Parts: sequence; structure tokens; C-alpha cells
Amino acid sequence: MNKLEVNNLNLFYGENHALKNISLAIPARQVTALIGPSGCGKSTLLRTLNRMNDLVSGVKINGDVMFEGNNIYQDVDVKHLRMRVGMVFQKPNPFPMSIYENVAFGLKAQGIKDKKVLDDTVEESLRSAALWDEVKDRLNTPAFGLSGGQQQRLCIARTIAMKPEVILMDEPTSALDPIATHKIEELMDELRKQFTIVIVTHSMNQAKRISDKTAFFWMGELVEHGETTQIFNQPIDQRTRGYVSGEFG
Amino acid sequence: MTTASKTHSQGMQLAPAKSYDWKEMVFHALFLSCAMVGVLSVATIGWFVFSEGLPAFKEAGVSQMLFGKEWLPPALFGLLPMVVASIISTAGAVIIGVPIALLTAVFLAELAPNWLANIIRPAVELLAGIPSVVYGFFGLVIIVPAIESIFNIPAGNTILAGVIVLAIMILPTVITISETSLRALPSTYKEGALALGASHIYSIFKVLIPAARSGIYTGIALGVARAIGETMAIIMVMGNAPAMPGSILEPARTLTANIAMEMSYATGIHASALYSTGIVLLAFIVLLNGSLLYLNRKRAH
Repeated sequence: MNKLEVNNLNLFYGENHALKNISLAIPARQVTALIGPSGCGKSTLLRTLNRMNDLVSGVKINGDVMFEGNNIYQDVDVKHLRMRVGMVFQKPNPFPMSIYENVAFGLKAQGIKDKKVLDDTVEESLRSAALWDEVKDRLNTPAFGLSGGQQQRLCIARTIAMKPEVILMDEPTSALDPIATHKIEELMDELRKQFTIVIVTHSMNQAKRISDKTAFFWMGELVEHGETTQIFNQPIDQRTRGYVSGEFG
Repeated sequence: MTTASKTHSQGMQLAPAKSYDWKEMVFHALFLSCAMVGVLSVATIGWFVFSEGLPAFKEAGVSQMLFGKEWLPPALFGLLPMVVASIISTAGAVIIGVPIALLTAVFLAELAPNWLANIIRPAVELLAGIPSVVYGFFGLVIIVPAIESIFNIPAGNTILAGVIVLAIMILPTVITISETSLRALPSTYKEGALALGASHIYSIFKVLIPAARSGIYTGIALGVARAIGETMAIIMVMGNAPAMPGSILEPARTLTANIAMEMSYATGIHASALYSTGIVLLAFIVLLNGSLLYLNRKRAH
């Protein structure tokens, strides 16, 4: 079953045609990796899936993005959409508040005040993000005291706390060292059982290691997509072959 | 390698160490002397005000001056009415002005469409450039009569009039600095909050304003400094009676007004008492800067 479906999507930043007629189905409870050189449109596509592009002025979009059969640009409340399609950013971006408050933030924004519900969700989310044991004794200390990798797992916990169905990840490990990266990848392997994950990555090794499906973008076009093993071992398009073999890009 | 760089690298001899690099030293001295201008000015002002003002403190006694309620030079030098007037007019200006300024800053930084921000921002900047005597005019012509008719009192020259004029005067300072610090925040804060399904307004109040707190405090502190130091506009609208005000609908004289109004004719101990008014004023400013430093440091930890 497909969680998200992108149909004939075109996106313009002013005059710049950034996404060209993209159609892509994202299956539930799998990891889909979006790869391609810088400026190819993969991050832009990711940001159409939870409507973060709404923040950019001068963006024009046509085509459909369907989330469980609803057109997210017409039928749904954007706040509600973002609760169900969460996002983890390239640089860890905890808020300037305590670890606890960071994880509880989304719930509080929904007006949830019940201390028990908040406590339980914070613990559960931090456990799911494999961070609980490291921070359980200092939940009320500032999130900035954590290492980069811990901060990124905190951001994942904060996203999980909303109980989303999809988690979008925009190069989530590009600001982290290899050990922290490894931890995040392990975590993603756990998370795929519960969530649909779409990840933008510059690392082809990372795409190979963690994803089920891979989509290759080139200058705003979706060149090829399919099973990760197929994309890396038997790419059909010349450009895909060149990119995954490291000839360019 | 090109010939030019080859000859360069081969022909270059390392210069011997110089004990004095005059150019460096001249510039160092230039920068240092510029930096000293501010420090020396503060020191001179402090020394001057203290040396001139201390005789009055000695003669009348510190507690008599700070807590005395009567100002009848050269017999009585009670500054309490002026201290109270300064504190109340400044606090009132902050209570009215800061919320308006903060919401304006948020509006400009986050909500206003460009065309509207381009009207509001120059207007606010213009407000900063208006001389205080013109503010006094504005207060005298608009606010004082308005207070007379609204509260049905014979004279509108009151603390309330001063508060309103000061509240408007501090707007540009607080708005500009708060807006700048809100704009300086990385966009990742806002994106992170919105990506969790929070509304824009919730993100502003729970993430953006707290994150910009130290800049906002600085804006408020500069606004307070402007309010407490303001003289001309205050003299024009506050009535200047050197007596303890019973309510904000009575006239009062601030510390600054006290100095400005009597300095031209005061002599001897009376003049010294005006300098000690300056000491009290300086003490307020130091207290203010100190608490700002404290608040920002507390935030840093």
C-alpha cells in the first residue's frame, strides 16, 4: 500500500522550474531514499510532502500530492498534515529549552496539558529514539548541552512524540560524525517497522545500507526509481548508472 | 610552476625579526585611544558629578536626601518625590510601550506582508529621529487636553501625560532592536516548530520570542534608559511640582526635570544638591545595566 503518492508534480521557484512532472509512489513502512546531486530537486520534493515549501515566497505548485487518498494541497489542514507527516532536518535544531520541553513541544502546541500524558509520551518517544538512557537523569537541562548526534536523536524523538505515520528526513546525518551517523541509521532500522520513512541523502552508501526503495533525481527530473538493489546494481538509465558508480555528481 | 613564482620563492629572503613594527603600533595606539574616549568620558562625568554632589549629601545626610519628601532648597533636599516620579513614569512607559513595541516587532519580522512592513518600518524609524522637544509639543497639544477632558481635571499636566509621551518615545528603540534579534534567529527554529504541527502564532510565542530574549532585553533596557533620562518632553507635559504625587493624575517632577529646571539659577549647596540628583540618576542607570547583564548571563547558562 502506498502512503504517499506524488502525481505529475511541477514546482516553480519564480521562473526556475525546480521539479519537472514528478510522479512517485511511496510505500508504507519502508524507507525510500531520494538521491541525486545538489540542486537536483530532492530536498524540494521532500518539502512538498509536508508543505514546508509554503514558507518560501514565490513558490508555485501544480499536480497532486496524495496522503492516504487526500490531496494535501486541497483537502487537509496543514497543521494536521504536519502532525502526521513529521520532519527531521539536516542540522539538529532543538529549541532553546529543556530536553523534556523539546519532546513535549508538539503535544503542548495541540493543547495537551495532562502531566501524565506528557510524561509518558516524553519517555516513550525518547526510548523509541534510543536516547532515554542517556538523558533520563537530566530531562530538565537545556537541549543544547547534548552532543550533535544526541540532539539529532532528540529531534527524532520530538517528531515521534506526535505519533506520525511518515517521517521525512532531510540529510539527517550530514552534520554528524560516523559514529553518531551509525547510531541514527540503527535507529532508522528500528523505526521502519512502525513508520514510513523518506530520506534525502548525499551518501550513496547510506542509501544502500538503509533504504528499500531509491529514487534518483537529476536537474529537477525523477530519472529512475525502484528497489534500492536494482537502482544500484542494474540501473536502467545512463545517468543513474553514471551517478551511482561515482563517475560524476 | 610559473617563472614568476619560481624567482619569487627562490629569491625571497626571510626578513629579520623587528623589535618594533611601527605601523602596527601606530594603528594599535589609534584604536586604543578611540576606545578610551568613551571610558574617559564616563569616568570624568562620574568623578565630576560625585565631587560636586557629595557636599549636599554630607550637609543634608544620605537618608534625608533619599527619603526626605520635601524639596525646599536651600533648607530641605528631599529627593523622594522625584525618585518616585522617575520610577513611576518610566515603569508606566515600559508597561504601555514594551508590549506594543514587541508585538509591532513580531508583526514586522514575521507577519506583515512586505508592502506593509515597508510603510511601518520607515515610520517607526522616523519616530526615533523626532527631537524630544517636538514630543513635548505633541504631548502638550494632544495628550494634555485629552487627559483634561477624559478625567475631567483642571490641569492635564500629569504623570499620566508623561507616561504616554515616554511610552511612544521608547517604541522605536524597542521595536528596532527586537525586530533585529527576531530576524537574526536561524530559520530552523521556526521550521522545526511548524513541522511539528504548531501554529505560526504558537511558534512565535513559545519558540521565537524566547529564543530572541536576550536581544529583546537589550531593547527594553535601552528603552528604559531613554525613558529615565528623558528631560525636555517630560518638563513640558508633567507639571513639574516638586511634591509627592498622590496619583498618576497629579503633576510631578522627575530627577532629570529637577536638574534642568533649577540649574540655571542654583548656587552653593543648592547647586550641589542638583548634582546629587545626578548621582541618584546615575545609580539608577548602573542598576539597570547591571540587571540586564545578570538576566543575559542567567540565560546563557
